[in-house]
Amino acid sequence: MADLNFPFVDPPRQDQFQSCIKCGLCLDSCPTFQETGRELESPRGRVQLIAAVARGVVPLQAPKVAQTLFSCLDCRACEVACPSGVPIGSLIERGRAQVVGWQEAHPDLHGQRSVSKTTRWAVTHLLPNQRRLRRLGWVVARVQRLGLLSGPGRRLLPKPMRAMAQSLPPLTGKETLPPERTTGSSPNPKKKVGVFLGCVMDVVFGDANQATIRVLDKNGLGPVVPQGQNCCGALAIHAGERETARKMARRNIDAFLAGDLDYIATNAGGCGAALMEYGEWLADDPQYREKAEIFSKKVKDVAQILDTEGWQVPRSATTEVVTYQTSCHLSNVMKAGAAPERILQSIPGVQLKPMADSARCCGSAGIYNLTHPQMAEALLRRKMEDVPDGIDTIVTGNPGCWLQLLHGVQAYRPGVQVRHLVQVLDDAYQRETSSP
Amino acid sequence: MKAAIQRSMESSVLAELVRVVGAKEVLVDIEERALYGYDATIHRFVPDAVVRVGSLKEVCDVLQICRQAHLPVVPRGAATGLSGGVLPVRGGVMLDMGRLQRIREINREDLYAVVEAGVTVERFAEAVQETGLFFPPDPSSARASTMGGGVAENAGGPHAFKYGVFRDYVLGLTAVKMDGTVVRTGGKTVKNVSGYDLTRLLVGSEGTLAVVVDATVRLIPAPKAKRTLLTAYDRLDDAAASVSQIIARGMQPAALEFIDDASMRVVEDYLHLGLPLDAEALLLIEVDGSEAEVSRQADEITALCESLNARSVKVAVSEAEAAGLWKARKSISSAVARIKPSKVSEDATVPRSQIPAMVRKLKEIAQHYEVDLVVFGHAGDGNLHPNIMCDETNQEEMGRVWQAVAEIFAVTLELGGTLTGEHGVGTMKAPFMQWEHGEEGLAVMRAIKNAWDPDHLLNPGKLFPEDAPPWPVSLEPWESRVKHRGTSWPT
Ligand SMILES: Cc1cc2nc3c(=O)[nH]c(=O)nc-3n(C[C@H](O)[C@H](O)[C@H](O)COP(=O)(O)OP(=O)(O)OC[C@H]3O[C@@H](n4cnc5c(N)ncnc54)[C@H](O)[C@@H]3O)c2cc1C
Ligand code: SF4
Ligand code: SF4
Repeated sequence: MADLNFPFVDPPRQDQFQSCIKCGLCLDSCPTFQETGRELESPRGRVQLIAAVARGVVPLQAPKVAQTLFSCLDCRACEVACPSGVPIGSLIERGRAQVVGWQEAHPDLHGQRSVSKTTRWAVTHLLPNQRRLRRLGWVVARVQRLGLLSGPGRRLLPKPMRAMAQSLPPLTGKETLPPERTTGSSPNPKKKVGVFLGCVMDVVFGDANQATIRVLDKNGLGPVVPQGQNCCGALAIHAGERETARKMARRNIDAFLAGDLDYIATNAGGCGAALMEYGEWLADDPQYREKAEIFSKKVKDVAQILDTEGWQVPRSATTEVVTYQTSCHLSNVMKAGAAPERILQSIPGVQLKPMADSARCCGSAGIYNLTHPQMAEALLRRKMEDVPDGIDTIVTGNPGCWLQLLHGVQAYRPGVQVRHLVQVLDDAYQRETSSP
Repeated sequence: MKAAIQRSMESSVLAELVRVVGAKEVLVDIEERALYGYDATIHRFVPDAVVRVGSLKEVCDVLQICRQAHLPVVPRGAATGLSGGVLPVRGGVMLDMGRLQRIREINREDLYAVVEAGVTVERFAEAVQETGLFFPPDPSSARASTMGGGVAENAGGPHAFKYGVFRDYVLGLTAVKMDGTVVRTGGKTVKNVSGYDLTRLLVGSEGTLAVVVDATVRLIPAPKAKRTLLTAYDRLDDAAASVSQIIARGMQPAALEFIDDASMRVVEDYLHLGLPLDAEALLLIEVDGSEAEVSRQADEITALCESLNARSVKVAVSEAEAAGLWKARKSISSAVARIKPSKVSEDATVPRSQIPAMVRKLKEIAQHYEVDLVVFGHAGDGNLHPNIMCDETNQEEMGRVWQAVAEIFAVTLELGGTLTGEHGVGTMKAPFMQWEHGEEGLAVMRAIKNAWDPDHLLNPGKLFPEDAPPWPVSLEPWESRVKHRGTSWPT
């Protein structure tokens, strides 16, 4: 299905953009509009630009079409603000695929690509292949141990990646999930929970995956790690690679629907949001459409599952002043609300200081900080200004934010730690068992 | 694309504009211009260029350049207007005021503030609130719409019932005429009778007389307490009667808003607040004042509404609950797009005692023309917002829609009302101005226009019937307008 002005498959649909009545209520929720004040860089502008292309007023190949569709952070703050329910994220993702389609079809006409060859390769070949990704993790771990990423060796990396590389936590390079840890310990758990590992999360932050499994187990929510799962496909869909994304989605659906699960747990807001949209990605696939809907309904962030099913309040005490940066996807798409804060506050001795406008995107946005370093940096700086004084730790719920915030504290708030919510909870449980 | 622009707009003019504001702030690519040709109506045009001004001096220089080149200029806030006021129906330069972002002063001793045109009403009101003061005008679009737009449209909002509209708060303006000269009107005093009241003339002038760069506005002390009530009715007529009775008995709630069942359903769909979906109408009421006054008023209104068959009267128990209800009210105008993708919003305002009659008439009109009509609005002011939900791509349906609109205008005037209570005349209501003002009234308005802008270059095609695009404004695709740019609309 394509139309005259959007010639490639999966065009932005008229019923999607026609419901935008141009009221402007989404404008000030959009980080790129807040920074630039330009209609082009606003949700209303992006939706109307898509409408303008569909109506033949603006050609698809006009440079600023690509520019603004790709400068969107995909943070979905606009969708929460839009009373008409315009599916802005889906429109932009579909629009990107059209731009990429056009650029593919005109390799010589267009010097500047919206998605670089490396990124394309990464989202189509590296991320879907967990073994390859692990091997890369292993290499990075070696390189790190040799001190290459923090020393002059950094210069081998493209500029925007240097600072990131420096703030990367030490990788272990090990398989993060030894096979024997893949199921919970309780013989008859309250609920059966399939744990989604994610690609980056599993390689870079394997710790958080293990903490997730332990925390679920501790609360009688039998965790299982279905085999055959792979990357959620979010980065592919953001890069306009819809076919690759769909392939990954189908694989995940098969992996998770094979078991009789109550929940599919994520600990990465970005992945969870993508998993929840499989229905939209596969709307035209008669074989998977329904399965995708069933799958998506089971997806919840680990914090939401604990909040619904109840969690044991840790008995150990600590003294830690924390603030919580919600991932935009966790809040805007998964609608986690105050569940993460409730969990944090239940830990004895944890003092939570609120962060202003916490759901505003930190600039990480998948690989946005690599593709749009300037905007990402501006957003990170603002985010860091919003971090309250006198805190020990920023707690977050998404690996992308985590990386970005690590980079942020290094530059602006040295000494502040950045940790995942499940790690904080897991630590509190661990202390229980270690202290008499 | 560039060639096309240069055809209708001399490149030397572009170069001069660039010299004034810098290349980054002059937008000529079709991708950007296409986004500065709409507002919240269903119409679309395309300007020849967009110029984003950042200071009074830049506004003056840009206007001078455009006047010399005989180019139309349209001042633009956030383009949330509902009357087509910001549509560049003759092409020309879209003057984006969005970079004028400073709140220059909030003076707690003399109770006034000076604020630039591009600041959103909400950001300004919040800044004022932080000092313990209150700026009451609160258009539902406040999150996006600008102070300049509020002044130009004389915007109101739910609080207008007790506190009035923009006009009641603007003390003075810095404005620039089309010839680039600066006019400073009014001052910082609450009283001012020296000469003609140019401030009040500019408020509500819809960008046709001068460009507003900053405004000095009056502030008032914030009320000590407030409370929000939600009353539900099984019959629409009872809700309308309650409005009339609250007013007739001299009660003074801070806000008195009407919400019909269709509006309620769409907003429930958006916010999931648990509204009573089987009711036929709601009234959302706010009372404010001292603690004692608030309780007394809430009790009185509850008793009155119950005596008029209100099914339930619910008092919001927390600030969060009240905020949720107001967010719902402010979302309606956009949420109705869940019913059908396009809407034509009207702003008919009648004397308050005529609200029940008006509500009945609206229902009749909807039935007669078989259109989807939702009604909500500032009932306390007699200011209802009948919105016709439609599909702009369905020509047959649009024909009926425009007939219904004309009939709504006629009925409103018959009941002693006005075409527009707060959204302005713009492009959409210009053809009907004579019905309301007669030739004599229009002649005086024309003379005023000529005194400020003799060449009719500032926001042309608005307000005056002879000047406006033929009604109903064509909804044909924009391409033709891109091609015919400069020759206004296709004839
Ligand atoms: C969801 C929604 C809810 C709304 N609720 C209300 C409401 O409750 N009450 C109400 O009154 N209106 C309401 N409106 C209408 C609209 O928001 C108001 O008219 C608002 O004041 C317009 O402000 P703006 O900044 O968007 O102006 P724009 O739409 O950009 O411009 C409107 C007019 O003002 C002129 N203008 C703008 N800035 C300047 C300037 N600096 N100098 C000179 N002229 C200028 C323009 O030329 C144009 O004619 C609503 C609209 C929407 C979409
Ligand atoms: S809030 Fe929704 S309807 Fe309004 S302009 Fe934004 S996308 Fe369009
Ligand atoms: S997803 Fe985020 S960046 Fe993109 S348009 Fe919406 S608010 Fe703006």
